[in-house]
Amino acid sequence: MTADRIIFILCAALILASGLMVVITRKLIHAALWLVAALFGVAILYAILQASFLAVVQVVVYIGAIAILFIFAVMLTRREMLDKGAQTRSNWWLPALLGFLILVGLVFLILGQPAFAQPAAALPAGIDTLRSLGTALISPDAYVLPFEVASVLLLAALVGAVYIATGKKE
Amino acid sequence: MSVPLSWYLILAAALFSIGLFGVLSRKNAIAILLGVELMLNAVNINLVAFWRYLDPSQMGGQVFAVIVFAVAAAEVAVGLALIISVYRRRKTVVADEIDLMKW
Repeated sequence: MTADRIIFILCAALILASGLMVVITRKLIHAALWLVAALFGVAILYAILQASFLAVVQVVVYIGAIAILFIFAVMLTRREMLDKGAQTRSNWWLPALLGFLILVGLVFLILGQPAFAQPAAALPAGIDTLRSLGTALISPDAYVLPFEVASVLLLAALVGAVYIATGKKE
Repeated sequence: MSVPLSWYLILAAALFSIGLFGVLSRKNAIAILLGVELMLNAVNINLVAFWRYLDPSQMGGQVFAVIVFAVAAAEVAVGLALIISVYRRRKTVVADEIDLMKW
């Protein structure tokens, strides 16, 4: 049991426990805060995987923007169903069974592949992943077109969100 | 990096299943979106793990993860705007009660 395995197991336990709390906790504001914990665990995983840019983006975009947006939405709508009735459907065992079956099937498939059992090779010497990610994002013979399409999608979605969320002018 | 790739894949599969359970079992529309976020994060873990373990010189995995970030931000912005708009008109955030377009 080496150090990085222990770190991975701690990190996975954080992610899974927080993720479970997100879906089973009663109060929605607590669920949003547990989501922050789960996202932070995923950011640690990115750091372990040497994807440094993604680790920073995970903290800035997911925790800084998306989770805060969730908390705002919960606060704007929270009077409803705060303490009355169940938060889950009456037939909640059916989704639980479905998720469990999917998990068992995926684990079975993953463990059946011998290629997945190998540890990672060290990064090749002289390769700067941050620099090559930046080059790939703006290089015409790499991914500049998907990147620009994603930015147009984000702009259109944000304009649409402002239009939808703004009430009718009286 | 002695952790095998399968550990990351199993973690992502577990997180995806938890998110799926949340999406299908919660009543509150905002809680359903929280489950969708968990599922998107599980996908991102897979993408980055495959990038690191298979060929770190090909940046496709990380670029795809960046695009998933952008799509997730767009999805949350539009989804929460719709929920707030529905709440303003109908005074409910329960997904079952938003059935105006139900046939």
